[in-house]
Amino acid sequence: MKRIALALFACCSIASADERRSGLLDMRPEAQAMQRDDSMNPGMLWVLDGEALWGRKPTPAAQSCADCHGDAAASMRGVAARYPAFDQASGSAIDLAGRIIQCREAHQAGPPLARESKELLALSSFVAHQSRGLPIAPPEDTGMRAVRALGQRIYNTRMGQLDLSCAQCHDDHAGRRLAGSSIPQAHPTGYPIYRLEWQGVGSLQRRLRGCMVGVRAEPFAYGSSEFIAIEAYLMERARGMALETPAIRP
Amino acid sequence: MARVLLRVPTMTEKGSVIEIRALIQHVMETGYRPNAQGELQPRDIIWTFTCRYGGEVVFNATLSPAIAANPFIAFTTIATQSGPVSFTWEGDNGFAQTETRHITVT
Repeated sequence: MKRIALALFACCSIASADERRSGLLDMRPEAQAMQRDDSMNPGMLWVLDGEALWGRKPTPAAQSCADCHGDAAASMRGVAARYPAFDQASGSAIDLAGRIIQCREAHQAGPPLARESKELLALSSFVAHQSRGLPIAPPEDTGMRAVRALGQRIYNTRMGQLDLSCAQCHDDHAGRRLAGSSIPQAHPTGYPIYRLEWQGVGSLQRRLRGCMVGVRAEPFAYGSSEFIAIEAYLMERARGMALETPAIRP
Repeated sequence: MARVLLRVPTMTEKGSVIEIRALIQHVMETGYRPNAQGELQPRDIIWTFTCRYGGEVVFNATLSPAIAANPFIAFTTIATQSGPVSFTWEGDNGFAQTETRHITVT
């Protein structure tokens, strides 16, 4: 009897084990190999660009990122795993790219960084790369709780001419296929990603835009509170999963 | 200068088969795609890739507009002698880049 109980317990614990899958595991082996080997991963080109920008002054009079933050391997370790975070000064949530833009404006007095610009993607790739392999650890403060609740609401809201919510594909049909592509569980573990379709690196918000356009909805603006809320909710869903930046995705 | 990721063994045994990998940052714009204003974007691709080992060409490739951005090329050769391995990419708009690594053969 005891043995049966133990066997049952073993079965249950396997069933209740983490069933979350990174999109990495849903790719074909060649694409997985591309991500796992830094000499094949084109996302590393952006990381190297970011490393160069980290040490460079945006204007001769300004400070470089390294002048304040020092060695990124130490100062930026784990930072990307905690974003989006609550910004006390503005009283709203801020994503990693937004924080870099803010830092550039407030402390470097340099030319502003545009969303999805090569420079900003390189810097965010470089910063996020410092947390590769670390578990995603969204902050627990109360400010972020409200933001995540908004994100969850948007995630479950039907939108666009196709009248679909994020959840209808990524929760209800994850693992199945939409035409030729597999539907992932929507864990943002590797952003900014090198997407083969884009032939370049892009942010999570660009990816979200792609899905919104796909359901014929008008996408939110880059850096909008809605996008940051979805991002915060998705990071909460992926809590504990390892960060992979720069990830490859199809 | 375009950024490059190269994997070349630094030390190897004489006669062994070595794998060389070269990845370069390049847009590989086909010349067939319109931009946001509907105008064709001019072609901008890499045309040739050449690898020389000890001065001798061991691998070359002709690239075409159908090849994706940031072209990745991997090939094998036999380690014959210690010496420089140079990689040259040439393309539109006078694009030319050469990188060199050194192999020690024991």
